[in-house]
Amino acid sequence: MSSQLTAGDSLAPADTKTNTAPAPATRARTGRNFGAARGSGPRNNRETSLASRLVVTIVLGCFALYFLVPIWWLLVAASKPMGEQFSAPGFWFNGMHLGANVGELLTSRDGIFMRWILNSIFYAGVGAIVGTLLASMAGYALAKYRFRGREVVFGVVLAAVLIPKILFTLPLYLMFSEVGLINNPLAVILPSIVSPFGVYLSRVFAAQSVPDEIIEAARIDGVGEVGIYFRIGLRMMTPALVTIFLFNFVEIWNNYLLPAMVINDSSLQPVTVGLVSWFASNGKVPMSLVVIGALVSIIPLLLLFLFLQRFWKAGLTAGALK
Amino acid sequence: MSVGTPTRSTIPKTRTSGRQARTAALLLAPFAVIFLGMYLAPLCFAVYRSLFVLKRDGLGLTAPTLVFDPFTNYLKAFTDPVFIESLGRVLLFGVVQVPVMLALATGLALLIDSRSARAKGFFRLTSFLPYAVPGVIAALMWSFLYSGTSSPINALLAPLGIEIPFLGQDMVLWSVANIVTWGWTGYNMIIIYAALQSIPGEILEAAKIDGASAWNIAWNIKIPMVRPALILTAVFSIIGTAQLYNEPKVLQSVSGGSIDSAFTPIMAAQAATAAQNYPYAAATSVILAVLVGILSITFFKITNRGSDA
Repeated sequence: MSSQLTAGDSLAPADTKTNTAPAPATRARTGRNFGAARGSGPRNNRETSLASRLVVTIVLGCFALYFLVPIWWLLVAASKPMGEQFSAPGFWFNGMHLGANVGELLTSRDGIFMRWILNSIFYAGVGAIVGTLLASMAGYALAKYRFRGREVVFGVVLAAVLIPKILFTLPLYLMFSEVGLINNPLAVILPSIVSPFGVYLSRVFAAQSVPDEIIEAARIDGVGEVGIYFRIGLRMMTPALVTIFLFNFVEIWNNYLLPAMVINDSSLQPVTVGLVSWFASNGKVPMSLVVIGALVSIIPLLLLFLFLQRFWKAGLTAGALK
Repeated sequence: MSVGTPTRSTIPKTRTSGRQARTAALLLAPFAVIFLGMYLAPLCFAVYRSLFVLKRDGLGLTAPTLVFDPFTNYLKAFTDPVFIESLGRVLLFGVVQVPVMLALATGLALLIDSRSARAKGFFRLTSFLPYAVPGVIAALMWSFLYSGTSSPINALLAPLGIEIPFLGQDMVLWSVANIVTWGWTGYNMIIIYAALQSIPGEILEAAKIDGASAWNIAWNIKIPMVRPALILTAVFSIIGTAQLYNEPKVLQSVSGGSIDSAFTPIMAAQAATAAQNYPYAAATSVILAVLVGILSITFFKITNRGSDA
């Protein structure tokens, strides 16, 4: 099985380079040319013709337009006077009422929207932290200890990476309803802390960035094996851990089917489930609120991405998972 | 938690490896327990459930009973035209959407990587922005843009006499494809772009000195060298296609019937669950998991054989 994943393996070294290299002072620069394993050889701009620069810029501009226009529309619509979200002009402002609209969103229906956002932060935060810790322990053990059955365990983890989680959702629902875990936050959190991809990334990273010599030295100093993991392994694996945390967080934040099935109580729902229930309420909730809610629900992840830029950029090259 | 550790020199080799195995087991245990509980247990439970059939008596006076009947549900799934149609629809979707998206992502990566590109950071960031938008939120957003009554896109096109029926019967699958493409092109682009960045500069320099055009370098050197990244993005896109659910599910309520409750296999399985037909839902889930597993492993095998040659 491991030989089949050469695609991911061969990408991994580039990841460690970008992960371990940046000191705080160089962070900004690394952020601009992430994955820049090619070195600092300057691209010679004088060799490019004006025509080619023009064509490339126009095509790139079209792409940027495609990616930005829906979000632009959302921003514009959410800023229009309450109730006029869908009236003309489609892509331009009609006054600036964003503050008042967000205020209305946060107070309407007993402030349930804020509750949903906090639920999402709670589920994604707890799930991602615990999931990252468990994955890093397992990955570290697979990288640093020789024991019987090691390759079998790793093979099972890789197989799990290849089967999408959503396929386990219905069986999980059946299982949870059997044991009475419906409407229990654990039903969302427990499945989301399993991160086979996190184990895979931790193993690759621990093998490369936690030197055996340091582990040996700690043993000679009388540090226990588990202590070595917590005091040395965990610290040296930090860049990989942030990456795993980020991807777990995004995955849990974006999850819809699982919480939609196992949480019926609307005060326990995450924001994805809550907003879709508003959307599908057949007009019981004004669509204007849905538009404003959609805009606000994007912001937390956007902030997280901006803060942790250098980590997700490096993490993607290690073969990230949808 | 810490394990008693005398200095290494005093421990015989066999004891060391025994201790290593114990530590490894200790570190692996928490993940293993949750993994077994959340992956293996539900799968086993689904397989078990799928082997039973819900039997109601003719008059419906008593509660239905579960009867062991291992083949009925699977036979029903494979002869259920609705389920088969949903499989075919997702297959068609994948055959069209995945190549289009990866071609766009590769083109975008090559353009941003090219010497003629300006404002590379800006273009990378805007491409990746959709990834930060949760799938169902992206679908909500696009559903407003597609709306039959108030689509701002159609409002813009109206003076030209064009009206696109985004949610029409023939169009709706490709409207869904557009949402997925919008969300994931930038993500795939970043992976391919990072692979492009790791091509040694000397190779490109040498090709340039030999007089190769930018087009030639891209086609004959860069694309073959980022092959592992392309395989990776392809596998993940195929897996992603198999779990198509969020986008069609959100559009369903505004589609006016062109998206039914069994539009994709996962929607079909979910509909069976909602109808409390648990054994049948379990059987379709098992079939899906097995199909996806076979598909991704086959794709890995085929593409890896090619790279060995």
